[in-house]
Amino acid sequence: MNLERLNAVLDQVTRVRGIRGAMLVSADDGLSVAEALMEGIRGHALAALAASLTARLGRAAEASGAGEQRFIHVAAEHGALLLLPLRDGLLLVVIADREVNVGLTRLEMQRAGDALR
Amino acid sequence: MSARVVEPWLLAPLEAFVRESGARLTLIMTPAGQVLAQHGFTRAVEVMAAAALGAGIAASTGEIVRMLEEPEFRMLNHQSTRHGVFLGRFVAPRGPLLALVVYGADTSIGLVQLFFEDLVRDLAAATPPPAPRAPVLSADFERDLNENLATLFR
Repeated sequence: MNLERLNAVLDQVTRVRGIRGAMLVSADDGLSVAEALMEGIRGHALAALAASLTARLGRAAEASGAGEQRFIHVAAEHGALLLLPLRDGLLLVVIADREVNVGLTRLEMQRAGDALR
Repeated sequence: MSARVVEPWLLAPLEAFVRESGARLTLIMTPAGQVLAQHGFTRAVEVMAAAALGAGIAASTGEIVRMLEEPEFRMLNHQSTRHGVFLGRFVAPRGPLLALVVYGADTSIGLVQLFFEDLVRDLAAATPPPAPRAPVLSADFERDLNENLATLFR
């Protein structure tokens, strides 16, 4: 899959109202693979910290017996961070406003994940 | 394992970097390989070898970059099975410096790069104003060198 295709998939995700940006991250490296972010979002910082958070929560989920993690939703004061681990070591990261429709966003993220297979 | 520094102002930025990035070994040195601070090394010979090799890598890569007529060498990353090695060059208030970082699978190159940026900023903020220059005497140089080595491996 080339970068143009990855960017097209991210563009599709960012069409949901309230989404400020989306990026594909290499989960092991914490490096951005492709991104469609609004100005002011530090992509490389987000990539590194989101990958680290996903790895740590994954270990917590396993340790608690909850099994493999499927989706992470961080609700914060001014917005939300949504993380979807994909196959091939990729992580789909979405930044959204606080009022975003999380269900619809999650659906679009899963569609994006399917499109990347 | 505690950090060792030649000058006290280096300690807080180094400790913050190690804590945040999860680095296992860290060296801050001049491009000539003179060590200013280290974390994680237990033997002097390891520090000296790592500093010499890091400085050599930076110098040779910098030369390739110069031949390509590109801006100066900034960073390199090597990813192994269990460890990664990051080498970054930055310009501090007192001149260019190198950071050599060895990290494990419990962190990532993304985090190391991210907190390396913070390290550069923190070191710039912590650097004290330059002291008035005194005449350099060979006896002073040897004494300072010995004191620095003793500090790093105390």
